[in-house]
Amino acid sequence: MLDLYGVEITSRLFLGTARYPSPKILADAVRTSRTEIVTVSLRRETAGGKAGGSFLDLIAALGVRILPNTAGCHSVREAVTTAQMAREIFQTNWVKLEVIGHHDTLQPDVFALVEAARILSEDGFEVFPYTTDDLVVAERLVEAGCKVLMPWCAPIGSAMGPVNLPALRAMRAHFAEIPLIVDAGLGRPSHAAAVMELGYEAVLLNTAVANASDPVTMAGAFADAIEAGRAGFKAGLLEPRDMAVSSTPVIGKAVFS
Amino acid sequence: MHALVRGAGVAGLTVAFELRRHGHAVEIVDRAGYVGAGASGLAGGMLAPFCEGESAPESVTRLGRAAAEWWEAALPGHVGRNGTLVVAPPRDTGELKRFATRTTCHEWLDEDGIAVLEPALAGRFRTALFFRDEAHLDPRAALGALKEWLADDGVRFRFDASSPGTDFDAVFDCTGSAAIGTVPGLRGLRGEMLYLETEEIALSRPVRLLHPRHPLYVVPRGGNRFMVGATMLEANVGGPISARSLMELLNAAYALHPAFGEARVIETGAGVRPAFDDNVPRVLRIGNAIHVNGFYRHGFLLAPAMAREAVSLLERVPA
Repeated sequence: MLDLYGVEITSRLFLGTARYPSPKILADAVRTSRTEIVTVSLRRETAGGKAGGSFLDLIAALGVRILPNTAGCHSVREAVTTAQMAREIFQTNWVKLEVIGHHDTLQPDVFALVEAARILSEDGFEVFPYTTDDLVVAERLVEAGCKVLMPWCAPIGSAMGPVNLPALRAMRAHFAEIPLIVDAGLGRPSHAAAVMELGYEAVLLNTAVANASDPVTMAGAFADAIEAGRAGFKAGLLEPRDMAVSSTPVIGKAVFS
Repeated sequence: MHALVRGAGVAGLTVAFELRRHGHAVEIVDRAGYVGAGASGLAGGMLAPFCEGESAPESVTRLGRAAAEWWEAALPGHVGRNGTLVVAPPRDTGELKRFATRTTCHEWLDEDGIAVLEPALAGRFRTALFFRDEAHLDPRAALGALKEWLADDGVRFRFDASSPGTDFDAVFDCTGSAAIGTVPGLRGLRGEMLYLETEEIALSRPVRLLHPRHPLYVVPRGGNRFMVGATMLEANVGGPISARSLMELLNAAYALHPAFGEARVIETGAGVRPAFDDNVPRVLRIGNAIHVNGFYRHGFLLAPAMAREAVSLLERVPA
């Protein structure tokens, strides 16, 4: 079981809800992913929309826990306001905090992120910060009150997979007690398995599933890969070595010559 | 049979047209006061079943294939059958490959091929996808012409709030996003678009610009006007276009050709598209009415097929 701010979670896959071909396909993907947590971006248009007949009704009908996010926010104030609106709308203290610093790479503005995390934590929010793999920033986020960290493994939507495995490994070693969730950049199920093998607690996906030709099947493929990676980590992985090691004991074998 | 059609958008007018073809008397009511007051009047008017296949289920491509013929037969001269051109900025050519793997009936063009089709775009893109069999029309002109044809054919239009009476054998509800909350499962998606006017560039067909975050299109409308659309926001909200959407639509047009930077913005608009959870339209019998709704962004593409289905329902089950 994974403990996130006192909530016990079984599934180690979090699913984003944006950019699916239709809400029906999203709902089917949520089912095959076996996820318990979906993240939803709150836009002004959504917040100000009429009740009923909206996407948010469909999200609520999915029957899974909602982690609102501040996607698209570029400043501390914007992110804090969005988080506060999300708390009202979704009735949750959880927030996936994104403060984007660069329009093209969607890289987090880590300075604004730490400040927003502090403000929101003091306001009673339970913050899931989208951050880089920088250890010092991660330390500051923990100091600011974050009890979960969500580092990227590559830029959002890039599908590059873990481009810096040593950094992810260092982060795991450095924050042994903090749940770590890879938040962005995964493209393939094998990428998800690879980060789970490092001992990461969970993976958050959106584009890799939503933009697949068959999102429903892809969601299941990721779910399987994440479970396999986690099981592999728990089972104890072998370290690679340069030389062959026979799988059959050689000693005592008859010698013919 | 005497039929009432509620809603004078693309759904209502195509249903009325099919009803007239079957010899039924038709009355159309729309409280907005004119045709195409809802999403129809803001539509791109692309009859692009193959491009839409990129994200839509197979049924959309299948049902949409006959749309161009239907519109050409109903409104001769209104349909431009020059295909669709799909391009991507140099750094996003991966998107073009992805688009190609998910669509059918297209061919790859090189720089020369693009220049032959659209001289204005010569040298601007190395490669493009061309969907030869696709078509487009001007939604407002088409709806206006359809209304005229129907009126000449004896269809009565009632554009006020007065009650149309109850002595109808059949009622077709084609009220689009106004039916959200009434038709179960119907939701609203905000869409925004704008019109540019410039003499400096000419296009012969809709051009789609792929971008990982904002796939947008520019449709030539004649008279040096171009429609640029359209955003897709999961929100049941109308009202004016937002600054961000305006900026993104203008960026797309500018990326297609810098001449659009000098164009005049002659109109902006925003509306709500009605859609079901699978984004596929439906014909539903609710109470005494036959509802034709949920066209998402496929009004002109799928209205003919859905109108035929709705009217055939009437033929099978006489009221």
